[in-house]
Formats: sequence, C-alpha cells, structure tokens
Amino acid sequence: MIVELGHYALILALAASIVQSVVPALGAYRGDARMMEVGQTSSLGVFLLLAFSFSALTTAYVTSDFSVANVYENSHSAKPMLFKISGVWGNHEGSMLLWVLILALFSALVASFGRDLPPSLKANVLSVQAWILTAFIAFILFTSNPFARLFPAPFEGQDLNPILQDVGLAIHPPLLYLGYVGFSIAFSFAVAALIDGRIDAAWARWVRPWTLAAWIFLTLGISMGSYWAYYELGWGGWWFWDPVENASFMPWLSGTALLHSAVVMEKRSALKVWTILLAILTFSLSLLGTFLVRSGVLTSVHAFATDPSRGVFILLILCLFIGGALALFAFRASSLESGGLFQPVSREGALVLNNLFLTTATATVLIGTLYPLLLEMVTGEKISVGEPFFNLTFGPLMVPLLLAVPFGPLLAWKRGDIAGATQRLYWAIGAALLTAIIVIALTRGTEVLASLGLGLGVWLLIGSLVDVVERANFRKAGLSTGFARLKGLPRSAFGTTLAHFGLGVTVIGIVCVSAFETEIVTSMSPGESREAGGYEIRFDDMEERSGPNYTEDVATFTLLTAGATVDRIESARRLYTARQMPTTEAGLRTEWFSQLYISLGDSAANGGATVVRIWYKPLVTLIWIGTLFMAFGGLVSLADRRLRVGAPAARKARRVAPA
Amino acid sequence: MTRKGKRLLSIGGIFSVIALAAGLVLTAMSDSVAYFNSPTDIVERTPGPGQRIRLGGMVESGSVVRDRGETVTFRVTDTVQSVPVTYTGILPDLFREGQGVVAEGTLGPDRLFLADTVLAKHDENYMPKEVVDDLKARGLWDHDASRPKAAGTGEGA
Repeated sequence: MIVELGHYALILALAASIVQSVVPALGAYRGDARMMEVGQTSSLGVFLLLAFSFSALTTAYVTSDFSVANVYENSHSAKPMLFKISGVWGNHEGSMLLWVLILALFSALVASFGRDLPPSLKANVLSVQAWILTAFIAFILFTSNPFARLFPAPFEGQDLNPILQDVGLAIHPPLLYLGYVGFSIAFSFAVAALIDGRIDAAWARWVRPWTLAAWIFLTLGISMGSYWAYYELGWGGWWFWDPVENASFMPWLSGTALLHSAVVMEKRSALKVWTILLAILTFSLSLLGTFLVRSGVLTSVHAFATDPSRGVFILLILCLFIGGALALFAFRASSLESGGLFQPVSREGALVLNNLFLTTATATVLIGTLYPLLLEMVTGEKISVGEPFFNLTFGPLMVPLLLAVPFGPLLAWKRGDIAGATQRLYWAIGAALLTAIIVIALTRGTEVLASLGLGLGVWLLIGSLVDVVERANFRKAGLSTGFARLKGLPRSAFGTTLAHFGLGVTVIGIVCVSAFETEIVTSMSPGESREAGGYEIRFDDMEERSGPNYTEDVATFTLLTAGATVDRIESARRLYTARQMPTTEAGLRTEWFSQLYISLGDSAANGGATVVRIWYKPLVTLIWIGTLFMAFGGLVSLADRRLRVGAPAARKARRVAPA
Repeated sequence: MTRKGKRLLSIGGIFSVIALAAGLVLTAMSDSVAYFNSPTDIVERTPGPGQRIRLGGMVESGSVVRDRGETVTFRVTDTVQSVPVTYTGILPDLFREGQGVVAEGTLGPDRLFLADTVLAKHDENYMPKEVVDDLKARGLWDHDASRPKAAGTGEGA
C-alpha cells in the first residue's frame, strides 16, 4: 500500500512541478504578484511529495518487500540494515529518485531563504527549477519507475552489487548529487537573469552562496568517491580518468571557475556575460554526466545496466536544456550591459587567468571523454583514451595555474603590483626552491619532475598563507594585536587561504604517491616474508570466515621491525553468495599520512600460495586531506557576512545575538 | 598601455593558452591513445611495435597458465583466431576462462601480446561492449543466446 502511495505522490509531484513551471514565470512576465507567489508554495509541496515518495521506497527496502521489482533486483533479506537503506540509491531508479529529491530540496531552499530576492527573479528561478524537475520526474515515471510490482512476489532478492555494499555508498552518491544538482541553482539564476534581461553585481552575490554550497558538496563527493574506489577495488589507484570520474570532475572544474568569476562580477561588475555562460555550462556538464552514466554509452564500474529508451530520453532532456539555455544566451547576452576592460595585472586579471586555465582544462577533459564516443559513432573505430592522454594534456595546463595561485590574492583590484607581490612571496619562493633542491639531492637527481612537483606543492602551501599572515602583520603589531586583526579579517579571506592551502596539500600527496610509491607483486605461502615500506611483512595464515551474506578467505599479515611485531593487517577475498561474485577487501595500515596497502589475488597454482600485492604509498592520504581543507575553506567562505548583505532582517538578529 | 594594446594582449594571451591546449591534445591523441583490436585484426594486420592496443575477446578455455604465481599467460580468442597474452600482476576478480576480457598493452616482437592492464568488469555475465559489438559486426554473435556463437566459451560463471 505504502508503495502505491509513494508512486501516487511522485505523480502528484509531477503535476505540481508542471504548475510551477508555468505559473510563476507567467506571473513575472505579467507582473502579477499572486501568480509569482505560487512558486513559493509549490516548491515546498513538490519537495514534501518527493520526500514522501522517497521514504515509501526506503520503507520497501527496509522491510525487504520483494514484490517491488526494484527491491527484488537490488536487495536481500540478509543484507545489513545500513546497506538496505543505502541500497535505495544503489541502482538506477532509486538514485534518480534521490536526484530529483535533492533538486526539489534546492528549489525549496531558494523559496524559503530567498526572501530578499527581487520577486520576479525569484519567480523565474523557481520556474526554471521546475522545468528541470518536470523533465526528470517524467523520466522516472515513464522509463524508470522504482515502484513497479512483481507478481508473484519472489521469496528472496538478488542482492545488491557487492562492490556497493560499503559505507561509501551511504555517503558518496548523496554528496555527489548535492553537488551536481546544486549547480542547477546557478543555472536557474542564469536563465532567469536572461529572461529578465537584467543583471547586476547583486545577482552575483545571490548566486555565489548556492554555487559555493554545491561546490563544497561536489568536492567532498568526488574526494569520497576517490577514496572509496582506492580501498574497495583493490587496485590501489585513487583516480583512473574513467569517463564517469571525468563526468563529475568537469562540473567541478567549471564550478571552480564560476566561483572565481562570480567574485569579479560582484566586486567589479565585470565579466557578467561570461559568468552567466559559465553558470549554464557548469550545470550542462552535470547533465552530461548524468547522461553518460545512465545511457549505457559507456562501459565503466559506474555505468548502470540500462535500456536504450532511457538514453534517448536523457539525451532529449540534455539537448533541450543545454540547447535551450545556450540559444537564450545567444539571443539575450548582447542585451546585457557588459563591464569595461581592466588592467591585465590586477586581481580581476588574475581571476580571468584562473578562468582561462580552468575552462581550457575542462575542455581537454571533455575532449578526452567524448572523442572516443564520437569517433566510434562516425567511423566505427574504437579507441580508448586513458591516463596517458590526461597526464599529457591536463597536467601541463595545471602547472601555470598552480604557479599563479599564490599571486592572485596578493594583487589589488583594478591595478596590481606584480613586483610587490613577488617580493611578498620571497619566503614561499625560497621554501619551494629549497624543497626542490633537497629532493633532487636526496634522490640523487633521479626524480627531477617529482622534486619540482613537491616544490610546487610547498609554494602553494606557504604562498597561500602569505596574504592572511601579512594582513595580521604580526611582526609590527605583535602577537595579540595580530590575532585581533586576524579576527577582524573577512571570513572569505580565510576561505581563500584554506582552499588554496588544501590545493597544495593535495598536490604534495599526488606527487609523492606517483613518484615514490613502491609496489611488490609476489606469490606467498604462509610463513613467508617480504620487505616493504621499511617493514618485514610476514604472511601468517589464511582463514575461512562467513559474514551475513558472504563467505571470505582472510589472510593475516604481521608487520615486523627488527623481529618485533608492530601491527597485524588483514586482507580478504570475499564471495557474495547471492550473486556468486567475488570482491577484494584490501588491508590498509595508516601511519601518519602514508599507507601500507595489501590486496590478495588468485590462489596460485602451487598449493597454499597466494598472489599478494603490497604497496607502500607515501603521503597518499594528503590527497584527500587536501580536499577536506578545500571544502572547509568553502564552508568558512560561505559564513562570510558579505554573502548575506541585502538580508537586513537576518543581520539585525546576528547583531543582537553576541551581546 | 593603451586600450587597444590591452585588448590585444588579453586576446593574444587567451589564444596562446587555447593553442597550447590544442597542441597538447593533438600530441596526446597521436601518442597515447589505444586502438581496439580483435585477435583476428592482430593476426591479419600485425600492428607495429610500440602501438598501444586494446585487445578484446574471450579467454580461451584451458589456456590459462600461471607460472611462478605472478606471471600469467593465456590466449584471447574471438572464436576465429587467438592471440597469446602474458601479464604480470593480479588479475581482476572476474577474470575467468570463457569470459570476456580486454587486455591493454603492446605486441611484442615474437607476436606475444604484453599486457600491462587486464580488465574484466564487475558483473558475472559481463562481455565487454567492444567485444560484443565486434563479434556482432562479424556475425560471430549468437543473438538468441546472447553469447558468442562457437561454444568455445565454456561454462561461463
């Protein structure tokens, strides 16, 4: 019964979205306040209906109701509760439902928190959001209904793909969708501004917090996904340039560009047309990602089993929204008043440079991802574009960008002083060069690229701190005044510092693990030992165990230094019984920022021995720790009071609170 | 600097970055892209040494030999021709005789395919899409049973 109610709520949500697509926009066109008000109620209504619908599906999963086809195909009564719940979005239909739920959540948030938006802009934004909602709810109802019943109801489900039976599934997709879908707000604001034909610095101020929020979630989502793939797949890699990873990385790159260009628009009222275009492109790339994952054009770990009708439907949505928005842009962009030119050496000039490199890098990733698909469609020839391609194109483009990062915040608006900025960066330059020289000396000149990479990382770490430290002026003002000054700095300054610092941390992690990791592939019998990461690693024994829905062979390894036991690592091969599918559970030991990684291969032909792969990955965790810094920087920046200017009521309340 | 000079400088800068990117993409495309080949393609056309290839087909039943544990040799077949492959490392969880596989690497001088990556997807009924398309295009695909025609596929999974 609850399942049918959930289905019904989904249909109602479609109807309400259709109303919301038309009425507020029409109201804005006619200047009818009551019609514009409709968006307010309907966006909350759609969100509640979708939330109900989603809970209905979750209930079916929790109670293992195998009469629902979707539950039968993706669940099992013996599955642990956490995976029953996260399994709701571990499949195409359920994850689509989560996707629209988050989309509706963002509309509802704009409706509730956007009190200070001009009514016509807000009405248009909510209508544009509703167009996207309508398209995707229709997609779910017509091609991917999660509520379809099975008759007769089977006794037991087919279980969830074992790779997905991990905490990662509970966290990675929701975060990623919050990011992907969050960019829809920037898109809707852009389209609404084009419909209105009016755009100013205030627009950028309204859009920035939403973009920032989406960016934070996407950063965390991608990073979480990367760590998940790293420990779950047992291949020891943290980024594969897999087309689906690229699909999430492209909106991140262009979203990062958007964050920076919106600053220019807000402060200098320039780059308006470009910012609008970036907002449209960023969400278009999110939609492209959705299409790539769900249309079945790709073979990837992520690709869902799909039928062609879905691909065609999403392709239609994609063309409609991207094509429509770009056409609108082409028609209206010229009517938007554009800002003047500015000095190349200035804060805004630096931000333009950032945008130039980020969008060019996005374009190369896009080419690498789509070219094989297009080539196959046109000539039938099949090629694969992998890591070597991206290392050759994306890598070189990032170097000048990363070199420029510390300069940006040190240049003044309007007219920057590059010599002055360089002077202030003396410490950073010195530390970077010193790092490079030390690494070259330690590796006896064998790792020139890595030493330059590490120098670049240190340059980012120290360079990003210069701005805040100088503004506090500890040397002249003394510690206490310095800290008082630090307190008085706008939070966005700390946000920038943290995010750029995080970039440096990630760069160091990437360089270290790429250049200095050691890998041993060997076959071992119980009692044998190997050397890795400064330890003697002894393979003790192999033991059979059984979990709730799998059986596993667990190998125990003992780590020894000079004969003394340091730690034990367990690494396992699992066989999930329902699907008869094996997975690898890697054994990890983290010491400081480095990790020892052990994964098991096949049992080798000679009795008792097993193939073992042991990696020592120096500073590997910095890759993800850096992204945490970036996300935290975004969060701090989001708390900046400037983003709430134009919200007088809220500001008053804040002033009262600390007193 | 004059207004005109500024404009020229910005446009020049933008174009040089784009040109740099285009140059990088074109170089990378010609050097680092792997072409899909079936075993028949390799036997008939013999690609040059050093050319990166994705070799796709089925693992021939009874061909998997593990010597010393970590190096594995097997034959990849498309039911017409087969190519010997050698690989050092851990095979994917779903690597099995009779199942679809894609091996990436280069062809050695003795016509032994030296794979540096072996992919088998995480799905028990997996046949790589490229392999299926290739077999279909050459009429080697049994549409009714959804598997390759010749029963050289063994008892898959």
